[in-house]
Amino acid sequence: MTHHQPTLDTSPKVSDEIRRTTCYMCACRCGINVHMKDGKVAYIEGNRDHPVNKGVLCAKGSAGIMQVNAPSRLRAPLKRVGPRGSGKFREISWDEAISTAVGWLNELHETAPQKLAFFTGRDQSQSFTSFWAQNFGTPNYAAHGGFCSVNMATAGIYTMGGAFWEFGQPDWEHTKLFMLFGVAEDHDSNPIKMGIGKIKKRGARVIGVNPIRTGYNAVADDWVGITPGTDGLFILSLIHVLMKAGKIDLDYLSRYTNAPVLVNGSDGPQKGLFLRDENGKMLVIDRNTGQPTPFDQPGVRPDLTATFDKDGVTHRPVFHQMAERYLSADYAPEAVADRCGIPASRIRAIAAELARVAFDEAFELDVEWTDFRGEKHSKMTGRPVSMHAMRGVSAHANGFQTCRALHVLQILLGTVEVPGGFRFKPPYPKPIEAHPTPHGDRRPGRPLEGPHLGFPRGPEDLLLDEDGTAQRIDKAFTWENPMSAHGLMHMVISNAYAGDPYKIDTLFMYMANMSWNSSMNTKGVMEMLSARNDDGGYMIPRIIYSDAYSSEMVAYADLVLPDTTYLERHDCISLLDRPICEADAAADAIRWPVIEPDRDVRGFQSVLIELANRMSLPGFTNADGTPKWKDYADYIVNHERKPGIGPLAGFRGRDGTQEGRGEVNPDQLNRYIENGGFYVAHIPEGADYYKPWNTAYQDWAVGMGIYDSPQPYLFQLYVEPMRKFQLAAEGHGERQPPEHLRQRIRHTMDPLPIWYETDQQGNEGFTVNALTQRPMAMYHSWGTQNAWLRQLHGRNPLYVPTKLMREHGLKDGDWARVSSPHGEITVPVMEMAALNENTVWTWNAIGKRKGAWALEPDAPEATKGFLLNHLIHELLPPKGDGLRWANSDPITGQAAWFDLKVRIEKTTPPDDPQESKPAFAAQESPVGTGPKELKWKVGK
Amino acid sequence: MEGGQMTELPNSTDRKMGLVIDLDTCVGCHACVISCKGWNTENYGAPLSDQDPYGADPSGTFLNRVHSYEVQPAPCESQPDPAAQLIHFPKSCLHCEDAPCVTVCPTGASYKRTEDGIVLVNEDHCIGCGLCAWACPYGARELDLAAGVMKKCTLCVDRIYNENLPEEDRIPSCVRTCPAGARHFGDLGDPDSDVSKLVAERGGIDLMPEMGTKPVNKYLPPRPKDQIEAQAAPLAPLLKPVAEDAGGFMGWLDKALDKLPGGTN
Repeated sequence: MTHHQPTLDTSPKVSDEIRRTTCYMCACRCGINVHMKDGKVAYIEGNRDHPVNKGVLCAKGSAGIMQVNAPSRLRAPLKRVGPRGSGKFREISWDEAISTAVGWLNELHETAPQKLAFFTGRDQSQSFTSFWAQNFGTPNYAAHGGFCSVNMATAGIYTMGGAFWEFGQPDWEHTKLFMLFGVAEDHDSNPIKMGIGKIKKRGARVIGVNPIRTGYNAVADDWVGITPGTDGLFILSLIHVLMKAGKIDLDYLSRYTNAPVLVNGSDGPQKGLFLRDENGKMLVIDRNTGQPTPFDQPGVRPDLTATFDKDGVTHRPVFHQMAERYLSADYAPEAVADRCGIPASRIRAIAAELARVAFDEAFELDVEWTDFRGEKHSKMTGRPVSMHAMRGVSAHANGFQTCRALHVLQILLGTVEVPGGFRFKPPYPKPIEAHPTPHGDRRPGRPLEGPHLGFPRGPEDLLLDEDGTAQRIDKAFTWENPMSAHGLMHMVISNAYAGDPYKIDTLFMYMANMSWNSSMNTKGVMEMLSARNDDGGYMIPRIIYSDAYSSEMVAYADLVLPDTTYLERHDCISLLDRPICEADAAADAIRWPVIEPDRDVRGFQSVLIELANRMSLPGFTNADGTPKWKDYADYIVNHERKPGIGPLAGFRGRDGTQEGRGEVNPDQLNRYIENGGFYVAHIPEGADYYKPWNTAYQDWAVGMGIYDSPQPYLFQLYVEPMRKFQLAAEGHGERQPPEHLRQRIRHTMDPLPIWYETDQQGNEGFTVNALTQRPMAMYHSWGTQNAWLRQLHGRNPLYVPTKLMREHGLKDGDWARVSSPHGEITVPVMEMAALNENTVWTWNAIGKRKGAWALEPDAPEATKGFLLNHLIHELLPPKGDGLRWANSDPITGQAAWFDLKVRIEKTTPPDDPQESKPAFAAQESPVGTGPKELKWKVGK
Repeated sequence: MEGGQMTELPNSTDRKMGLVIDLDTCVGCHACVISCKGWNTENYGAPLSDQDPYGADPSGTFLNRVHSYEVQPAPCESQPDPAAQLIHFPKSCLHCEDAPCVTVCPTGASYKRTEDGIVLVNEDHCIGCGLCAWACPYGARELDLAAGVMKKCTLCVDRIYNENLPEEDRIPSCVRTCPAGARHFGDLGDPDSDVSKLVAERGGIDLMPEMGTKPVNKYLPPRPKDQIEAQAAPLAPLLKPVAEDAGGFMGWLDKALDKLPGGTN
């Protein structure tokens, strides 16, 4: 046949209309263009104008169309008719659903608000959900941070007044060395990919520190296959080498950190506390005068060496203690190499490269700025080393101190808030003093006196009753985990079941799959949720759950409030909460209903407002008893947290011309929609680096309503609040820890970063590290029922390193019994060479319970898929003291998922059926199963 | 039929439009896979269907897939015990100059465009015989089970010239969406194009050149990895200790502080 080609229409119509909103397929919150045809979603692409993703979009984002048409979408409110866990429901009306919920909740509000535990999972409306809980009066509220990355967030805020991801980012434009620690493919997913692509293009180096060489670590120029849980030790060794070589930024340390601040050296109740003047200002020795001087005095030249004697007490600068500690041979590369699984030569090589790039490749920007002491600078010095980390280093019981060590390393190199380094995003930087303390009072019918979650400054801020009993059901802010700034969601069900510290009446959850992949000890949690008292009633009497999809948790609810999908709702991604800012701009965004639900479902936040209105919750009710807001959209526009400051910062004022502060603008949502669903307020040039100390930034932030007044501060290499907890453990002060925790607090609450091995009691014979991560195409996405994404990652073998495969005579497709001190699973294995030689891992949350997510019961997720969660208990093995010790970081309560140690043995494949173990009975699906074929084309 | 060919290729094409895929940067996120699925389900020809999408053996049509391969580098002097590496390898039709999938087509449904070299399937003439998929050495074609026609990468022929799209969006959807910027689109027949320069700079390679298909798409190989210890040797002086103990360190520190701006030296 001779060549012949048909005539093609190369300019077909793309869509009828583009509706621009915000993605919610994960926590990244990119801008999306939703192409509509015939009123239906035809295609989703990234929004080029959006500050987060600048046009690109990940697999999850593009697969949003399969989420909006998912057969697992709930269709109407459900009331349980079978036993918990069975999945037997009857559909009810919204009137009945709301009346039922109000019937349960109103009595608690008026009599015992703490009997409601309200916890949200992948919630992106925490400033609203916490406001609701605060006005309900229960102290029992948090979101999922406690089992996610609270160590990273809290260590960042206590150390440098900001954290990675939402509150900071590498300076992608200038950085020349990017060091990435741990599993970090989760948060900030598109910006990190864009950043890595950008810096690799110009030949910058990427170093990946991760036991597993997938994803970003696969493209890293250098891979450090570290032993899980030893990142802190590795980092302290880098600090040792750099300090010893004098490769630290002394000018930066003396000006912008508490390295020069004088610390009381006397034994007694003041030991280790800062020397302050009568105004409470920290004192440093001024090298000009040799005299103690307030740290912020104009012209002061803070000394890092001089000591000061006063009333017979020697005060030494923080930096003295750091030198003493980190110059010790205990941290020499040779001393840590075996424990970290990294040759000493590689540790030295990395330290040398950090030193070379930070100091030999330093550069200057010709930008003038003025610091908080009034000193003018003609240039900004760049140190192009940046770092990022997330869950991988966080989810260990030594994670808080590891994250602290990481920030101290960044600060010693002078790479935070300088060109080429790590930069904060508004509303950060923000010193600890500008953060709230936690609140846990329980007053029937009245709101909490302040927010639930906060940052304790010392034992006085713990949420304990007179007799030492925890005020919160999750025991956050107690001696067990004093700085648990995100709560401990992973302990809520376990504690409620045990009645420890007290029993609750109603468990109310949102988007939190606690009967499956979001819980440790999944089988145990399923049993706790369905356990009954002697009288036949449930141990946790009532469970209300809201979700858009037929998740595993739905089956355990007594009342299900069906949520909308993300394209059918209003949301705000707010500066009051977890915004979408960039290092050189404040930004926030909305979601709006680009399609209307075709089911009898309602946005959860609007349902909360309806419930609040029916209960006349304070804060939601005008003086005349009428409700303030009719739904969430109304709240977003008209709520003012302070006069002139509301959930959205853009288009404020009657005419929409004000940003940050301004009157309510009734047309605000329309203005956002016209603008692409977001608002950006740029930080002026000259204000965009050195933000914690830069008067131009501080003034801009006050104007935006981010601060009420300028808040310059010093980075806290030494965290004095931690020392206050230590002092209590040493016997000082009125509030004393219980005896069984005294030693642990003295040890772990060290005000300078330390590394310690996590509690290994009970781990004898379990020597292999076991980790999980989620694939990039699913991270933080809500369910693998997505028809397209599950074709990418529908199976999850246990990946086993070559050495262990050989040791155990395993080959691909064999089955292994994997056991931990807590339980065992039987699963298929696959060899992986690019893996720490003593670590196994699998993709998390691929495994599904039969009957969930509208999947067929023989879907591989439900047969071969498995969870490592069965091997991880929320409690440490019993110590024989009758106490329940949480499997959590002793400082923050962060769930220690990655401390898991296992043993593997080859086993015969399970027969009839060949399924992973443990297997569970199917839950009945309230939505049936999906279609047998998809041909999704909405246009004609 | 001439020379045993069922369908003829054009003697030459005006341009050689194609993709350059950077294996040094591809993080294996599958963004390109799903963006492609979305665009091409809604656009050119029959939708990309999915069989058993919620069942035991889901299998859908994809025009672009990402495979991951582990690579064990050979030991050498500088790396006696090199770590294994993971390479993410996106694969779609390479729009070969000598496309065997075209010449094998019994109906003329498969063809290569003279203006830009894009290899396409005219679905109206495709009988779903599968010969082209068999002939393609790259496994780049998939038979859509619902429509019974052969599907393959169109290089988004309905985007790259589409006047209904803003000019900056007239690129394949996989390129537009790639978060890491690992995918590049352009005329590989023009030595001065950005993509041709990139291929020259980075030593871009053909996939399986021994097959004689002359693929237009190129791959940029991963740069050498795990070099830091070898490269750090000259940096050793940077780490020379300023002192051996804390006392000596304080002495060094005092002097160093004097050298700072505002100091006495």
